[in-house]
Amino acid sequence: MSAVYVWIEIFNGKVLPSSWEALGVGKTVAGKLGVPLTALVFGENAEAVAGEAAQYGADYMMVSADATMNGFRLEPYAALLSKLVSENQPKAVLAIGTTRGRELLAASAADTDSGLLTEVTSLDVQPDGAIQVVRPVYAGKIVSAAVGSAGGTQFLALRGRAFKANEPNAGAQAVMTVVAPALAEDAIATKIDGFEEEVGTVNLSDAAIIVSGGRAMANNPKEAPAGVTDAAVWKAQDGFENTLKPLAGVLGAAVGASRAAVDAGYIPYAHQVGQTGKTVTPDLYIACGISGAIQHQAGMRTSKVIVAINKDAEAPIFKLARYGLVGDLYKIVPALTAELKKRLGK
Amino acid sequence: MHVVVLTRSTPDTAAKVEVGGNGSVTWGDAATVVNPWDEYALEEGILQAKNGGGKTTVIAVGPEMHNEALKHSLAMGLDEAARVWDDALEGTDSLAYATAAAAAIKKLGDVDLVIFGKESVDVGTDQHIYQTARKLGWTMLSYVSKILAVDYNSKTIKVERLLEQGKQIVTSKLPAVISVMKDINEPRYPSFIGIRKASKAVIPVWSLADLGVSLPPTQTRTLKFSNLPPREGQVEMIDGTPEEQAAKLVDRLLEEKVL
Repeated sequence: MSAVYVWIEIFNGKVLPSSWEALGVGKTVAGKLGVPLTALVFGENAEAVAGEAAQYGADYMMVSADATMNGFRLEPYAALLSKLVSENQPKAVLAIGTTRGRELLAASAADTDSGLLTEVTSLDVQPDGAIQVVRPVYAGKIVSAAVGSAGGTQFLALRGRAFKANEPNAGAQAVMTVVAPALAEDAIATKIDGFEEEVGTVNLSDAAIIVSGGRAMANNPKEAPAGVTDAAVWKAQDGFENTLKPLAGVLGAAVGASRAAVDAGYIPYAHQVGQTGKTVTPDLYIACGISGAIQHQAGMRTSKVIVAINKDAEAPIFKLARYGLVGDLYKIVPALTAELKKRLGK
Repeated sequence: MHVVVLTRSTPDTAAKVEVGGNGSVTWGDAATVVNPWDEYALEEGILQAKNGGGKTTVIAVGPEMHNEALKHSLAMGLDEAARVWDDALEGTDSLAYATAAAAAIKKLGDVDLVIFGKESVDVGTDQHIYQTARKLGWTMLSYVSKILAVDYNSKTIKVERLLEQGKQIVTSKLPAVISVMKDINEPRYPSFIGIRKASKAVIPVWSLADLGVSLPPTQTRTLKFSNLPPREGQVEMIDGTPEEQAAKLVDRLLEEKVL
């Protein structure tokens, strides 16, 4: 039976909430193609997550909670998805384009010689069933329109936060099928030895609000303690920790950084936003002491509301911003944190 | 022991990329550079070949502009370069790329490790990397931030991967395709001697017939490119003391419903 498949991502037994955005898109696409919507749920706690998928609009669920599917490994996941696609010829396979989502869809599209479009920010089903999409290219400097072909299975990796999830319907029911894994453990080359989770931080790609710091983080008025080899690095690191993080904390925001700040050693690379870092689409992006080089703009220009705080009124970031505050971030950010605490009652 | 690195030429990341009047993508007179992510892949290729006592080959799939990335690679110190191109590849998608790249790697015969940079900044995707691994039928290890151990005799590799939620350590089997992150190393600059040697190098071009491969049908088509709607000129400047600025900004953000 033909269908639209949506892969629901699980990490540590919990669903990645952005998966519901993909399920929402899947519901629309399935409706236009006149086929049912099937949620694919693999891994730890898959049956409970599948129950949630029903509430978010799935008609059917295909579930594998086999031990080989615990923790994402490409080999067993791609083997199972490719098997399901080959056997059932779905019209489309959708997922949010997280690191795992992009990898899984690419692998399975290759296995089945199907078309794949990634980083999709909007889409439309043509009368013949071909899915036409818009996706940013050249690091978001321009956009491209592209189309799949209705003859085969169309794989689509969606940009997270580009689409809205449907409201859950608590009474909704769906039919669940348990599927057998396609690979046995001894046929899987990759073994997971360990995972070091970054606890207490908000993931940049999922964040609704991001507070980012740039080169000017080094203008911290605090004195570096005696014996510190590089005072600028110490000041910037202290600023990220004691000035930006409190603001992020009161907003429930993730902490980002410009390439200049990362290259100078102020904050680890995992926080870098921009062309050689992460591309983000939050509702609110607060750029603190970031001049706004074109490479940085490429990573954050699709944010809904951009606030720029910078000493230099001529900084390019102000051309991109909705709200501009000229001044010292080390004065404005603490004032903003205090104001938000007061107004948000925290 | 043989390491292959895949690369391509892309517009300089500082370039202003635009869609011109005829609908094609232009970046003015800005330079074409090696895809920034690939510098880490090339450096890692050199390091791994040195550690394993083997050789390196760099491959680009694409038209002549990609010779630039190959010459940069040779100047950095990779041993051999080859470019895969065929008129049949014009206007195709990542499936065709992966099919051609896998065939080129197989042509080399004795490859243990294939290294890609994390993604291509021009097309903005990494899908061709995973698809190349699948077309080879080899292990894929993406987002590698550190190679912890490689054993070319027992054919095993242990790496650290940087994922959204943290760092994962995995062990897998060779031959493998890996994609590397910026964290992995400090890419070297090409030496003067390297640049001179590279400028004289004649880079072979392999056609699909040379590789003995035919392409799967292209399933996706790019219809057009467009410029982004301008964001410029909409900024509202908020003045006053830091406290006044903060209060006014919070007012606006509450009105925008983004808090």
